[in-house]
Amino acid sequence: MEERKIRIMVAKPGLDGHDRGARVLARCFRDAGFEVIYTGCHQTPEQIAASAIQEDVDLVGLSCLSGAHRYLFRQVVELLRQQGADDVTVIGGGIIPDEDFQMLYDAGLKAIFTPGASLDSIVEWVRNNVKPRT
Amino acid sequence: MTPKSEDIEKARKICKGDVRTASRLIRDLEDQIPEAKATIKQLFPHTGKAHIIGLTGPPGAGKSTLIDALIASFQKKNKTVGVLAVDPTSPFTGGALLGDRIRMQRHAENPGVFVRSLATRGALGGLSKAVGDAVYVLDAMGKDLIMIETVGTGQQEVEIINHSHTVIVVLVPGMGDEIQAIKAGILEIADIFVINKANRDGGGQLYSELMAMLDMTKIPAGGWRPPIIRIENVFEPVLFQEKLEELSAKIDEHHQYLVDSQLLGDRLRRKSTLEINEALRVCILEPVLKELVKTGELDQMAEKLIRKESDPYTLAEDVARRYLSAVH
Repeated sequence: MEERKIRIMVAKPGLDGHDRGARVLARCFRDAGFEVIYTGCHQTPEQIAASAIQEDVDLVGLSCLSGAHRYLFRQVVELLRQQGADDVTVIGGGIIPDEDFQMLYDAGLKAIFTPGASLDSIVEWVRNNVKPRT
Repeated sequence: MTPKSEDIEKARKICKGDVRTASRLIRDLEDQIPEAKATIKQLFPHTGKAHIIGLTGPPGAGKSTLIDALIASFQKKNKTVGVLAVDPTSPFTGGALLGDRIRMQRHAENPGVFVRSLATRGALGGLSKAVGDAVYVLDAMGKDLIMIETVGTGQQEVEIINHSHTVIVVLVPGMGDEIQAIKAGILEIADIFVINKANRDGGGQLYSELMAMLDMTKIPAGGWRPPIIRIENVFEPVLFQEKLEELSAKIDEHHQYLVDSQLLGDRLRRKSTLEINEALRVCILEPVLKELVKTGELDQMAEKLIRKESDPYTLAEDVARRYLSAVH
């Protein structure tokens, strides 16, 4: 029978290999009933955008702990936009200094989660803000 | 029914290789949106060119890693590749973690390669219900080869044979008496065996057991005896590549064999019969069930069974009499 499911891609752009958080989040999204595609570490923004389109996801969750989020996150949003996939919601997480938040929101990210954010709060944000496309 | 112009337009885009349109259609097929079938109708005449390869085997056998290497090998032969990788849906939450793609990410930006993860969503045969139609989408996109990866399988998940021309069963040593465990189901469907991680303990034994099993299988003259390819070490690039080219060549050889022996026709006939079966179920059974749910009759029938006022067959015959006047 007809049923729309939320599809999410969890991705780690750049050279940072610390993916414990990303994996925990992927598992947590799974338990929330979403379909989650995990790309693994060391992805280029180009790989992430292309994969998100091939997988037709509603949401891309980017994780970065290396400090390169300013470039990498913005680049993913930009590449999705260039390929006509600006309806894909992009959120980010990791070690993000407060002063970078505005810049990332301006770039098109819809939410940013930093250490201390509870898994429940992230899932709730997704439920409230991401609707599977109709 | 005359086709809608938007469906014709979607089909035209997909035939031109438009990734976004194709991936959205696959999504609609997974979500079982009825309108998606209209686009499949338009795509259908453009399908039938791809060589469809199924890969199956127990969890962790190395199916995704092999597919990654095969993509590279086929790309070297200037062939375009589509991949449908299936992973299980949780029976408790309905969620799924689709992790096959991780092994194939180096091909993500390659325009000749399309990788799509699918969740089983309750289907039991090791695949997703949408696989059949998703294959048509990739075929119409012009992919020369389409690889379907099943979930990690046990004994009975053999549905892959209904969707592929060439079935590769990937095994690994060291799983105890795996031959005993899978003898009846999955070993029968292989066109090609791969013993992956064959350098591990028990690799030789698995090989000889498979050989013995094949020796006991009657293969007609000129028939195809499934080759066994031992892949020893993924971390020795030269050796691994050698074995991989052997596998890749066997895949091509098997396809040629199917064409020459006209067995391809048999496989297509089996697939077509099943497709009609499934389409009938969707067109006949589902609308009736929907109606019975809507009117509450299904619940009433269940109550009757509980109170032993009727039996399932009498109730079903009653429904059939009402809805299928031509047959009864």
